[in-house]
Amino acid sequence: MKNPPATGQSISRIEGPLKVTGAAKYSGEYNVPGLLYGYVVNSTITKGKIIKIYTEEIKALPGVIDVFSHENRPSTAWFDMKYADMDAPPGSPFRPLHDAEIRYNGQPIALIVAETFELARYAASIISVDYEKEIFDTDLRSHFGDGREPETGMASLLKPPPPEPTGYFETAYAAAKYKASGEFYHGTEHHNPMELFTTTTLYEGKGKLSIYDKTQGTVNCQLYVANVFGLRFKDVKVISPFVGGAFGSGLRPQYQLFLSVMAALELKRHVRVTLDRSQMFTFGHRPPTLQRTRFAADADGMVTALNHTAFAETSRFEDYTEVVVNWSPKLYPAAHTLLDYKLVPLDVFSPMDMRAPGGSTGMHAIESTLDELAYQLKMDPLDLRLKNYTMIDITVNLPYSSKELKECYLKGAEKFGWANRAPEPRSMKRGHKLVGYGMATGIWDAMQAPARAEAAMTRDGKLHVKSAVTDIGTGTFTVMTQIAADELGLPVADVIFSYGDSKLPFAPIQGGSMTTSTVGTAIRAAGKALRKKLLRVAKRMKDSPLGKAELEEVIFQNGYIILKDNPQAAVSFADIINDGHHGLPLKTTNTGVPNMAKLNKYSRAAHSAVFVEVEVDEELGVINVTRALTAVAAGKIINPKTSRSQILGSMVWGISKALREETILDNQLGKYMNQNLGEYHIPVHADIHDLDVMFIEENDEHINELGIKGLGEIGLVGVAPAITNAIFHATGKRLNQLPVHFDMLL
Amino acid sequence: MNSELDLKPAAVFTSKTRQITLNINGISRGLEVLPYVTLLDALREYLDLTGTKKGCDHGQCGACTVICDDKRILSCLSLAVAKDGAEITTIEGVSTGNDLHPLQQAFIDHDAFQCGYCTPGQICSAIGMLSEGKAKTRADVKELMSGNLCRCGANMSIIDAIMEVKDGGGHE
Amino acid sequence: MNNFDYGAAAELKDAFIQVNENAANAFLAGGTNLIDLLKYNLVKAEKLVDINPLPDYHGIEETSDGKVRLGALLTNADTAYHPLIETNYPLLSRAILAGASAQIRNMATNGGNLLQRTRCYYFYDANVPCNKRNPGSGCSAIPGYNRTMAILGTSEYCIAVFPSDMCVALAALDATVDVSSAEGNRSIAFADFHRLPGNTPHLDNNLQHGELITGITLPKKGFEKNYSYLKLRDRNSYAFALVSVATALDLDGDRIKEARIALGGVAHRPWRVKEAEDLLQNQTATRENFAAAADLILKGAKGFEHNSFKIELAKRAIIRNCMMALHPESQMPGAQPSA
Repeated sequence: MKNPPATGQSISRIEGPLKVTGAAKYSGEYNVPGLLYGYVVNSTITKGKIIKIYTEEIKALPGVIDVFSHENRPSTAWFDMKYADMDAPPGSPFRPLHDAEIRYNGQPIALIVAETFELARYAASIISVDYEKEIFDTDLRSHFGDGREPETGMASLLKPPPPEPTGYFETAYAAAKYKASGEFYHGTEHHNPMELFTTTTLYEGKGKLSIYDKTQGTVNCQLYVANVFGLRFKDVKVISPFVGGAFGSGLRPQYQLFLSVMAALELKRHVRVTLDRSQMFTFGHRPPTLQRTRFAADADGMVTALNHTAFAETSRFEDYTEVVVNWSPKLYPAAHTLLDYKLVPLDVFSPMDMRAPGGSTGMHAIESTLDELAYQLKMDPLDLRLKNYTMIDITVNLPYSSKELKECYLKGAEKFGWANRAPEPRSMKRGHKLVGYGMATGIWDAMQAPARAEAAMTRDGKLHVKSAVTDIGTGTFTVMTQIAADELGLPVADVIFSYGDSKLPFAPIQGGSMTTSTVGTAIRAAGKALRKKLLRVAKRMKDSPLGKAELEEVIFQNGYIILKDNPQAAVSFADIINDGHHGLPLKTTNTGVPNMAKLNKYSRAAHSAVFVEVEVDEELGVINVTRALTAVAAGKIINPKTSRSQILGSMVWGISKALREETILDNQLGKYMNQNLGEYHIPVHADIHDLDVMFIEENDEHINELGIKGLGEIGLVGVAPAITNAIFHATGKRLNQLPVHFDMLL
Repeated sequence: MNSELDLKPAAVFTSKTRQITLNINGISRGLEVLPYVTLLDALREYLDLTGTKKGCDHGQCGACTVICDDKRILSCLSLAVAKDGAEITTIEGVSTGNDLHPLQQAFIDHDAFQCGYCTPGQICSAIGMLSEGKAKTRADVKELMSGNLCRCGANMSIIDAIMEVKDGGGHE
Repeated sequence: MNNFDYGAAAELKDAFIQVNENAANAFLAGGTNLIDLLKYNLVKAEKLVDINPLPDYHGIEETSDGKVRLGALLTNADTAYHPLIETNYPLLSRAILAGASAQIRNMATNGGNLLQRTRCYYFYDANVPCNKRNPGSGCSAIPGYNRTMAILGTSEYCIAVFPSDMCVALAALDATVDVSSAEGNRSIAFADFHRLPGNTPHLDNNLQHGELITGITLPKKGFEKNYSYLKLRDRNSYAFALVSVATALDLDGDRIKEARIALGGVAHRPWRVKEAEDLLQNQTATRENFAAAADLILKGAKGFEHNSFKIELAKRAIIRNCMMALHPESQMPGAQPSA
């Protein structure tokens, strides 16, 4: 009897029972006797120099073990290269406690290590520091004139600069009858995962460390620690089985990792360093961005000209870039395009990837402008998108490997009831509320990177699969288990997936919506190799019923290798290991790599169509997203249950981006003013109403063997513009600054 | 990790140190703490009960919610010394053995979490909310659960899970 | 958070003795604001005197003259859900339930609610100038990001806002604050309890060190028929008010016998304007009349760079909430605008 494939099934998260009972342990929850607590002291000035840090009084407190600063820190690696992690942008990576220079407000300047958390925290609150202040600039809006081309480097491979101009934009735009333009401002955002950034470093003696870290890349942190502190790779173990959210904030090693390891090595003790919530605002963030768009169309609604310019903040020491402006010609193939992206270095920490980096910023400008263009044309916004639909990505002149966006538009619109939309703004009402419908498109690159995976069969007939990959809440643990189960035709219960440990086979950082395709492909390679090995051993067994069968002549099912032509001829995995392999596990480690020869023939992207209903209180401006539907085409969906949650979560992020979250930057003080969850408003339950997700079937034979595109970002990119478009429909007001505050509608 | 860890050395003990007893999940636990130790840190750092989470440490996220003397409270804004003698239920005590509390099961069934970090607080809060008995509608539940943030955006599934248990049957 | 000492007080006398040992000793009740302030090092206490063990002040009692006395140590939640409050003072119940979160309402006490410090960003950041935190250092909010700040009763020294919802209803209801100290007892009219910033913004209220709020007395009149609390904020729950309004009406048909309107989120204390309430007396309960009252209430309001919207928002909120008070059943969970 054939069991259905595990992939495609809605399986509950395997680690669910651990998470609902509190048994799942996160990086700050490994308690050991003798553990020391580190608390970070941060700069209270924005730019300048430390003249003196008064540590003596602090060191004299009973229970304080040591105070580390640039004056007494142990020596670490000399070259920038050693500090460059897998996600480092071009530039000179920030080095904690490196010297007396202050580059941004909140920069870590000292670490206090004490016997208790409370004491370390108290000591950090009374340490006094003398500074020499310098003049600083943190305001993007008054400095966008200083914008310059970004430096390129390794990071540019995944984040290409804008394509070259095509045609004659200015001429075409000037001549066009139908035009829309906009200026957009997005403020700073911080990832704010619920879990605080924590590292617990266990000092295992002789330079060996076991590090429990909150990260999206165990190997990334292992390499960083080994490089920076001059340790042998094999002596550094980074473990992150449970990660309490990250959203990009764990793509780079954060400074608590450096500080915890530094103190552990120096003191030869176990040390935990936890950042408090305000310190969670003292490293990477989504950069504030200024954008200008000018789009034109002919009378039929064909988009003819696209101009999209962005100015984004970066730090003085690294050129962090995002793909903000590249998207519009991929969706709307205009003949005349002019795309530009510039960076403005300011006295802030380097920005870093935050869920759907660039796309969520750029698509808001693009899809809002397109909506405006639809109004100019007196065309339904959905019809305008259908009119300009393309199966070719003109920026690279290649067909899409697959693109079921049209189905997303049509099926989404039908389920949402888009046809009930009255075209005129302010024409729909419900009680005190104006009602608006808005829609937008989403697009995100489908990427894949190399990774390795181990597969092993043990004498109990169970499949053990291993990868260093993390699960930051995406469902990776469950989904990888499903992929592995299908490789050997086993039920999910017979697969044990080990992950979140740098000692396991290599996986890159978990981000960019490429984990499932990347690690999934590696598991598939290992699964294939293991099938071969199992068959080879099975055939060697005495009186093997499989005879000389080739791989194509057998199936792997329910723990057996079975002859296709004679289902009675079967050998169990357990027997193969016990009788054919002396009971020893049969193992293989393999690499999954993207097939570039094949992939280079296509443009690869996931797509979405988002439909939103808002209610706006006519008198008070209060906005609610009462209904939202996202239709997603992202290749094969391995687990509809966890995938739906990915998209739902992204939709909440979209609501938050459009209406809630912002980091308030006081440019006169050069610092963020709402470094807490009370004033950094992420949505509460009362903000979230009826959300719906549709997965549109999309069979992609080119993208990778599993047909996977990834889901981490695609759910977010189209949501904010759909909301602001709905607000326009409800109120007739086009609001291009996010988040929209309800009082802007008074 | 066992709960008998000798977690705190004598160096930090002073005349301010208090001997207290907390009745946690039906077990009486004695410990010595300074007054400035919060209930949350007492649970996590002194008693190795790490199921209760620290998300903000300032009463702004709800991750540290526990049930104290039959009420849901924030352990980060409570001093351990002030809870001497209190009856406290943490996520570790919500169910016994392998039987999950109906809310725990509903959270799994509805995939009402992703990273899982806010989950213990959500569940303890929901238990408190249901026993308070003030929520009649879904809108009431959303409002009365709004003290628990979820950054993964599992909000709708969390409310679905709670509504299922509240109404004692299927929903949506 | 500094390493403070702790003492529990089971008798009022003992509580006063302990708190008077040192000017930096403080009473601890619910702790929801005090512990937070201690963690941010905005308050440094020598000793916390835990008054929760006091046997009195945990209940609600009706006095012989028909008034109702709320114990200072009763929690906000137990107050809001008390049948006597739900029935006779539903405005108070509504306002309490619009504040904070269920967990915090389960901890926070009635006395403590009156003593909340402002949520001004600049007050909460110990490293920037703030006259309330550090008198004479200057106000960073006036030239800074002042979206959440006050528009009424401000001074050149401070534009901070008092964050309570409960107190907006207490102001509307003309409550009195019962205070005890080692010297004896006194009562303070609610309107005289909180202060405007003036040139002493470090003083939020007129309570002296060593004085303890023991109760809040509500007059007999509860406006239980026509009332409404509306709270406008940057998310639907668990956020402080940008503008909130408590309205209590005593109606005879559509004629207003008495009106009370108090604003939150706009000043250093709950804001009431007697002239506006008088204007409504004997008028019909119409949008136009409420609009006239709203104009009077906001007379003299002064916006800053980022919060001028509050003036118009407050006017509209007053009108809407007065209309909602005509149909109290139109109120939504979380004091959101009516459908």
